[in-house]
Amino acid sequence: MIRGKYLLPNGRVLRYSFHERMIHWIAGISYLYLLLSGLAFWSPWLFWIAIVLGGGTVARELHPWFGVIFSIAVVLMYGMWGKQMKETPADKRWWAQIRHYIRNEDDKMPPADRFNPGQKLLFWGFFVNGLLLLLTGLILWLPQYVPWNLRVLRLAAIFLHPVFALFTIALFIIHVYMGTAMERGAFGSVIRGDVSRAWADHHHHSWLQQVLREEESPGKTGGD
Amino acid sequence: MSQASTDIVRISGHAGTVPGAGLNREFTVCKLVDTTTCIGCKACEVACLEWNGYTFTETTFDNTYQTMPETAWNYWNLIKFNEHENEDGNLMLLMRKDQCMHCADPGCLAACPSDAAIVQYANGIVDFQEANCIGCGYCITGCPFNIPKFSPKARKVFKCTLCNDRVSQGLEPACIKTCPTGCLHFGTKAEMKELAETRAKQLRDNSGYRKAGVYDPSGVGGTHVIYVLHDATNPEAYGGLPKNPRVPVMVRLWKHPLKWIGNIGIVFGALGVFVHYLRFGPKVVKEDKQNGGAQ
Repeated sequence: MIRGKYLLPNGRVLRYSFHERMIHWIAGISYLYLLLSGLAFWSPWLFWIAIVLGGGTVARELHPWFGVIFSIAVVLMYGMWGKQMKETPADKRWWAQIRHYIRNEDDKMPPADRFNPGQKLLFWGFFVNGLLLLLTGLILWLPQYVPWNLRVLRLAAIFLHPVFALFTIALFIIHVYMGTAMERGAFGSVIRGDVSRAWADHHHHSWLQQVLREEESPGKTGGD
Repeated sequence: MSQASTDIVRISGHAGTVPGAGLNREFTVCKLVDTTTCIGCKACEVACLEWNGYTFTETTFDNTYQTMPETAWNYWNLIKFNEHENEDGNLMLLMRKDQCMHCADPGCLAACPSDAAIVQYANGIVDFQEANCIGCGYCITGCPFNIPKFSPKARKVFKCTLCNDRVSQGLEPACIKTCPTGCLHFGTKAEMKELAETRAKQLRDNSGYRKAGVYDPSGVGGTHVIYVLHDATNPEAYGGLPKNPRVPVMVRLWKHPLKWIGNIGIVFGALGVFVHYLRFGPKVVKEDKQNGGAQ
């Protein structure tokens, strides 16, 4: 696939480039590990997950490193999608109609751009909480280097790290549900990269229009 | 873990029941440190190293007699030396043997996420089981006395065991055994409390230490190491002994309200999306169906 060419044979449209898919899955897989090992440390009733992941000590050693990988992926995502995730005035109208979106009455929704406002919320939610998790996580990673008179940092981190994690879990549940069960075709788009033209028109009408305009007069970049 | 499992009353990071709450008759043990008769000889420091088999490490000279600034993962017993000016202008050299306090309500155990890495025995001893320790260091944050220390070599946390291995065999801890002045005592909590109160009264009545008293902080449910202090109103003067230690409120908030709010949120979140699917189903893209459902 050549970058910048969005319209593919058989009426398919390239939604996510290889580059985007890779970074998405680096974030996705590292998050999954962080979630599972984190849940093991969160509750004694879930500590068995740490045993499955190779034992508590292994999970404790690896959790911060996966956190570093996840943080890098999140920063790369910011570079890749940050501009497209900017809030626009149209987003308010979309949120005002959110009940229709929930009820699958999508014809009543304002047309969405490459990312709809819900996806933008997901992105910024993970970006902000990801950075906060990194900051609190660094303290929890090396508590022995936080001196006794700065122990308030450790105490704050021990409480805030799970708080931020819970926010991401809320986003994660909705993201996985929508990406797999609710929006048919979305999961394929982040695996193979392409969607049908009808899918693009239905879910991201404004984006498809932009792609069509660009394909007619190449030069400007839209996605990627 | 040299004691029978029925002696265990609390286990860190543990789901389900605990074997030994109230099952056997067990004296609660206690170490009494009378700071007023300590001469700072450090025999207890040496005895601790000897019994536990740790090597002597380099000392840090800081213009006092103190061996190092604080206890270390392989140095569990440290006499803290503090020059303290009295209200009447006299200088006192305060010496306090610092070690794990073996709290009745241990902050380390509350914070620990690893199953059975920290156990509390019926006799009051709070002991780390390094085999189960995952080295997260949460106990370091949970402790109000700055006692658990991380070993970079073992990548696990260590602290004073109150000589659990000796006590379970009917011996007194190594530090007690070696103390030449009799400033260290060992017995049941009730006995030690009585002895400490008697000594404090003696200091108040006969020695001019009007503020003498016993340090057995109630914020952590009392401790199984108690002190007699010349001035019980100012424990901070004895190398930073906290006035009112308690399990940190952040650890409590995390372990109780946050945990329940989080668990309910996760369960209802997962149920919520499932119910949404049952009610509304997937989003259908119309034309795709005509094209054979190409997605």
